[in-house]
Amino acid sequence: MVSENAIAWYHFSSPKNFYPLAGRLIPWFWGLAVILLVVGLYMSFFVAPTDYKQGESYRIIFVHVPAAWMSMFIYLVMAAYAIIGLTWKLRMAEMMASALAPTGAMFTFLALWTGAFWGKPTWGAYWVWDARLTSELILLFLYIGYMSLQSAIDDPRRAARASALLAIVGVINLPVIYWSVKWWNTLHQGASVSPTMAPKMASIMITTMLVMTFAFWMYTIAVVLMRARRVILERERQTSWVMEMVNADPQAEMKK
Amino acid sequence: MLQVRELECVRGDHRLFTGLNFQLRGGELLRLRGSNGSGKTSLLRTVCGLLEPTEGEVLWNGENIRRQRDEFNSALLYLGHHNGIKSELTAFENLRLGSALSGGGVSDEQIYDALEKIGLGGREDLPTQVLSQGQKRRVALSRLLLSEAPLWVLDEPFTALDVGAVDRLARLVEAHLKKGNMVMFTTHQEVDLRAGTLREVSLDS
Amino acid sequence: MNQSSLSGMWRAMVSRDLTLAMRRRADVLTTLFFFIIVVSLFPLGVSPEMELLRSIAPGVIWVAALLASMLSLGRLFSDDFQDGTLEQMLLLPQPLSVLVLAKVFAHWLVSGLPLVLLSPLLGMQLGLDSDGIVLMMVTLLLGTPVLSLIGAVGAALTLGVRGGGVLVSLLVLPLYIPVLIFGTGAVDAATSGMDYEGHLSLLGAFLVLSVVLTPLGTAAALRISVE
Repeated sequence: MVSENAIAWYHFSSPKNFYPLAGRLIPWFWGLAVILLVVGLYMSFFVAPTDYKQGESYRIIFVHVPAAWMSMFIYLVMAAYAIIGLTWKLRMAEMMASALAPTGAMFTFLALWTGAFWGKPTWGAYWVWDARLTSELILLFLYIGYMSLQSAIDDPRRAARASALLAIVGVINLPVIYWSVKWWNTLHQGASVSPTMAPKMASIMITTMLVMTFAFWMYTIAVVLMRARRVILERERQTSWVMEMVNADPQAEMKK
Repeated sequence: MLQVRELECVRGDHRLFTGLNFQLRGGELLRLRGSNGSGKTSLLRTVCGLLEPTEGEVLWNGENIRRQRDEFNSALLYLGHHNGIKSELTAFENLRLGSALSGGGVSDEQIYDALEKIGLGGREDLPTQVLSQGQKRRVALSRLLLSEAPLWVLDEPFTALDVGAVDRLARLVEAHLKKGNMVMFTTHQEVDLRAGTLREVSLDS
Repeated sequence: MNQSSLSGMWRAMVSRDLTLAMRRRADVLTTLFFFIIVVSLFPLGVSPEMELLRSIAPGVIWVAALLASMLSLGRLFSDDFQDGTLEQMLLLPQPLSVLVLAKVFAHWLVSGLPLVLLSPLLGMQLGLDSDGIVLMMVTLLLGTPVLSLIGAVGAALTLGVRGGGVLVSLLVLPLYIPVLIFGTGAVDAATSGMDYEGHLSLLGAFLVLSVVLTPLGTAAALRISVE
């Protein structure tokens, strides 16, 4: 069983085999993402109770918190792929790492944006130097650095490896940065928009957040698979299998 | 012994070569042929371990060079497109620095001696930026006189040299081969080399 | 690999880079003047009121030091990359990470240490008291090597990349944040009479960690960039 799994792993780590598999999986992940998102949004707006202190505006946390979770988690996954790609020289892992970055940056931005909207009614200002928001901002800088480095290097192989190394450096620094910012924040007694408001957060709220998180996850997988397929076609275009596929099926370019 | 197995190199969109196999033993001279852009420099850099091959491996005494970098590097002398000398430093300083970095063991007399032999006598203490192209190349080439490395990898070593210097370098390569060492090189010039077994690898398909 | 050849290499590398820096003194001085000018702009831009300046002094000096050290990163590897000496360094039998550490050390001696030595002057300009000035120097002494070490990774990654100079700032400035927080935090704590030893030991820990880890990252980045 274990060895069979290992073979399957190895099989799909080759871009040639990954490409059609990803193509088959993408619609499923899109479907799951849409269903979960509809359920999650319904729960956020109609099922979760109104907060006794903050009224309706608090409902933005159902987007804010899952987006913040995803932004951090995607960076970790990205770094994991980077490590795998550099150590075992798996091209597929390198491509997955670079395919994850834009989505990670998007969720970071979403977390910041919703955070600002959460801050306005709660604190009367769009931006407060709260530890969570500041860390998210720095995370956004890290994502931007990763993507800029990748797009600045012309050779795709060097670009993938250099940015993978940067992701690893970033992930080592991330806890230090996060913790420094937290300490800095407590020292200066900055405002906090931490959404953990009630000591006993209603379990319906947690469930809603989890549903939203899963919806975001499915969306991420679907988008990342699509992006990875595009990267595969671009980076492997001189290989025989891509040429065959493109020649045999004139629609392939469009389907990507 | 240097061995190259199923080597493939891709630069950007270009597959320069694939499935390349050859080996080089003591006393052998390997000349790399190929038109511009055929990947001669890339192959030399791959053999040195500067470039990672997309497929295949380079073996030194039966083991991949990436697994014994320090051992392989001390057996290797590479002379690339760039001379690898600092223009702010004098020829003498450049060579002394090079020997100190690679582990020392070369006296100042030996350095002066080498510079004399390569035809830079009297110019040892000028910053290399005032030297001509050919003279700069000679500073780089004097490393050949100071090194004990059995494997020389030379990328276009004869460019910018005058007739006398070309001849001197050819004798130097011959002497190296007679000692049972290896040389791998590329050149566009026809050079008369009479020692060792000449082998050729062509990258034009 | 024996001890003596490693230390010989270290000495050779450091003295080489110092010699090169001495023959191009203008580059070193540019960074230094940049540091001074940036700090001098703040009273003009904010207010000449000493009370206010004193409270922002640690942050201003630290941010200026951050920018100055980042500006000087361009010199760290690019010249060696262009004339092929970097290629030769990668082919040395000695471990590349030790070589990198020697280079970063030499770089810090000409770009970081002058900032430390100059900081009392700027501290006085901004009205820091003597305790604050001493602590400013200590934090810079512990912190600027960390900046050089982390910056080296960014400099190695952006080697030969178009727009590398601006790009490197994007890569390394976010990673400088912990040093900035604890560097300024220590001075703030001292001027307000609080305990600052914790900050200093943390800065020391950052220094030890980056001495151990970043040369490995820089060496790996150089191998990728020289390909």
